[in-house]
Amino acid sequence: MLSRIAESLFWIGRYVERADGTARILDVHLERLNHLPTEEQRSVARELLAVMGARPQSEDFGLDELLHALAYDKHSATSIAGSLGAARENARRARETVSSGLWESLNTTHYGLNQHRKDVVGTYRFCHWVLERTAMVSGLADTTVSHDDSWLFLALGRSLERADMTARMLSTRDVLSAGMSWVNMLRCAGAYESFLRTRRAAFGDQHAAEFLLLDRLFPRSIVYALRDADECLAKLDPSAQRVGFINDARRIVGQARTFLEFHRTDDLMSELPEHMERVQKAVSQASDAISRKYFNQADELAWVGEVS
Amino acid sequence: MPMSDLFQDYSEAAGRSGAYDEMFAPGQVARKSYGQVAGALRELSLADVSARADSMARTFLDRGVTFDFAGEERPFPLDIVPRVIPADEWDVLERGVAQRVRALEAFLNDVYGKMAVVSDGVIPRQLVTTSAHFHRAVHGFEPAGGVRVHISGIDVVRDAAGTFRVLEDNVRVPSGVSYVLENRRAMAKGLPEAFGQQLIRPVEEYPRRLLSALRKTAPTGVDDPTVVVLTPGVFNSAYFEHTLLAGLMGVELVEGRDLVCRGNRVYMRTTAGEQRVDVIYKRIDDDFLDPLQFRADSMLGCPGLVNAARAGGVTIANAVGNGVADDKLVYSYVPDLIRYYLAEEPVIANVDTFRLEEKEAREHVLDRLDELVVKPVDGSGGKGLVIGPDASKDELEALRKRVIADPRGWIAQPVLQLSTVPTLSGDKFGPRHVDLRPFAVNDGDDVWVLPGGLTRVALKEGSLIVNSSQGGGSKDTWVLADSPQVPVERLPRQSVTVRERVSVWPVESNWRDRQSEQQQ
Repeated sequence: MLSRIAESLFWIGRYVERADGTARILDVHLERLNHLPTEEQRSVARELLAVMGARPQSEDFGLDELLHALAYDKHSATSIAGSLGAARENARRARETVSSGLWESLNTTHYGLNQHRKDVVGTYRFCHWVLERTAMVSGLADTTVSHDDSWLFLALGRSLERADMTARMLSTRDVLSAGMSWVNMLRCAGAYESFLRTRRAAFGDQHAAEFLLLDRLFPRSIVYALRDADECLAKLDPSAQRVGFINDARRIVGQARTFLEFHRTDDLMSELPEHMERVQKAVSQASDAISRKYFNQADELAWVGEVS
Repeated sequence: MPMSDLFQDYSEAAGRSGAYDEMFAPGQVARKSYGQVAGALRELSLADVSARADSMARTFLDRGVTFDFAGEERPFPLDIVPRVIPADEWDVLERGVAQRVRALEAFLNDVYGKMAVVSDGVIPRQLVTTSAHFHRAVHGFEPAGGVRVHISGIDVVRDAAGTFRVLEDNVRVPSGVSYVLENRRAMAKGLPEAFGQQLIRPVEEYPRRLLSALRKTAPTGVDDPTVVVLTPGVFNSAYFEHTLLAGLMGVELVEGRDLVCRGNRVYMRTTAGEQRVDVIYKRIDDDFLDPLQFRADSMLGCPGLVNAARAGGVTIANAVGNGVADDKLVYSYVPDLIRYYLAEEPVIANVDTFRLEEKEAREHVLDRLDELVVKPVDGSGGKGLVIGPDASKDELEALRKRVIADPRGWIAQPVLQLSTVPTLSGDKFGPRHVDLRPFAVNDGDDVWVLPGGLTRVALKEGSLIVNSSQGGGSKDTWVLADSPQVPVERLPRQSVTVRERVSVWPVESNWRDRQSEQQQ
């Protein structure tokens, strides 16, 4: 398939997953943020933005600015509206390859972006709506596109971004240390009930972090997402089935996954910042390596650029 | 300060009822505890408020927060104005509820044991033995774990003078806590402005507290107890609550047919064979629990449960036979029971109650039936209750006959003007009567009272019946923390930069760079 198309599909996967993850984080943390005194609200808003990999545009950065930056700013790939806009733009350029169902759901989402009130209450509904739309896009991608190379690129982008987003969800623990931070971490990932069912009475930061980082069966855990990415990469390049590797992206993803999966520790919490940093780094390096290998990156394709 | 149009006519309506208003002091001045809420409501127009209310109702329907009414799933109406309880008032309520639970726990232990309370002359023996919920099948043994009232809901109301009084005790299967959890979620998203900067005590820890209490009261010798919630099934009016609690505790929700008793132990049937069950959070009535002991035609329970409990092989929460403690005639003795068992004065008073067995009281009551509330002693959910001033002549006549036929079966109380809270009705707020059901969890060492509880509200103007089955709704209940500046749960803020850096990952290889060099 054309490199250009493959690249578009890869980025559709990433952007849709990014919008989904950002909506989840915003939805949960807005609730907490809203109850803080104004002064603290401002500093937490900055930190939350930093976790999402962006910097405030101006000195005056509060709750409203945070909502703009993470939800509504069409010109930033960090925001939900920006990500979904970029996903739709990529789909437009690969329209002949993506199924009409997938294209239509992305396009409808794009036109629905403006139909929400941009205050706190409106943002809750916006996040909810985004989660529904991204689930729909994802579902249509899985059920209406043949699981050939084109789908593999989409799934690859999605799983890499998912690992990255879960890492950010875990990082938000440091931003809002008040109260039950582990409940919020799990809520972000939609993992609260799953966690409770597997862990019985063992609650707490340590267990929650372990679940989101290392659980082999929960689909949004980092280990699970990286394994997905690894499988996509293996199917895309079946030439090195026996020994070694020739694909740099596979090495990066595989090393990160195996390190985490078989890492043994007594104090996960103090290592967490390093894990998060390395996971995010691995994702961005893998993404670069995939670009180099498959997309033959040319400078004029500025619209696919990764911001972070 | 003038409130928006939404509160037009409010003080007039409040004046008509003569009740204590939770939000406004006389002269329509918002009480201190309601400052934030009043401020937030002042900013909203009718369109805003109705949009918020609609969206909250839709969320409830989407999430399946419903109760079963005449075979139909209905969303439990949540009003947009919260009920706020200041810290000092809550302190009293909390102590009063915990005290009552400890007294009832001691009473149940005594009644199913030595009956010292009878031999010491505090209550007549007949009071116990004539109670419909005194189950001889569970007499003479202490339940595994030593607790009988694990979960309780003590209904309190505020009278016209503003004093809290206990209206009834629920120590069998108190329900409604799921609405407390869901209401808070809905309010946080529906009226975020009102939360403002004040600290409202969280309710989300309830399922964890409950689970830890249930595990703590498991039979001795079990290291890692398995807890289940026993539900009558999907047709029960509180089925939503059963699913929510089981989900939030991360335990199985079982029906009677999933359980089997063998050798005085209880097992559940799973895909991996039979698995031992140590603690059963029982959400079905005693009568249906065990066909060997109670109703033989019950399909909801599991034969052998009572024997297993007697042998100490399983903990049933709440214990079988608790109904004798929330009999409404026993209720009238609870202040005496508190003095007898705890040697304390009751923190919260009862509502004045006439015992209709006593000849003088009965004659007095029968003369004034049209001024009093008459209740069956073993009813719940407002069933069978007659409010004198609202009843027709025929109803009162029928009631008179029934009371004379079975004086043990009824009590009478004066009509209380329950306190009111502004409630959205059509296009404005009107005063509506509310009660409050705080929930307490007893793990044997400590009685923990969930900050707040379920505030039920009668949605019809002037109505005093708050039950959901009779047109009641609910309100989110906020308990303000003592010092709004210093939140209780807050730990010292740590951030990535402050914490000592730990490094466990292997040093990054620069293989890629070498490879790209080679390619060039």
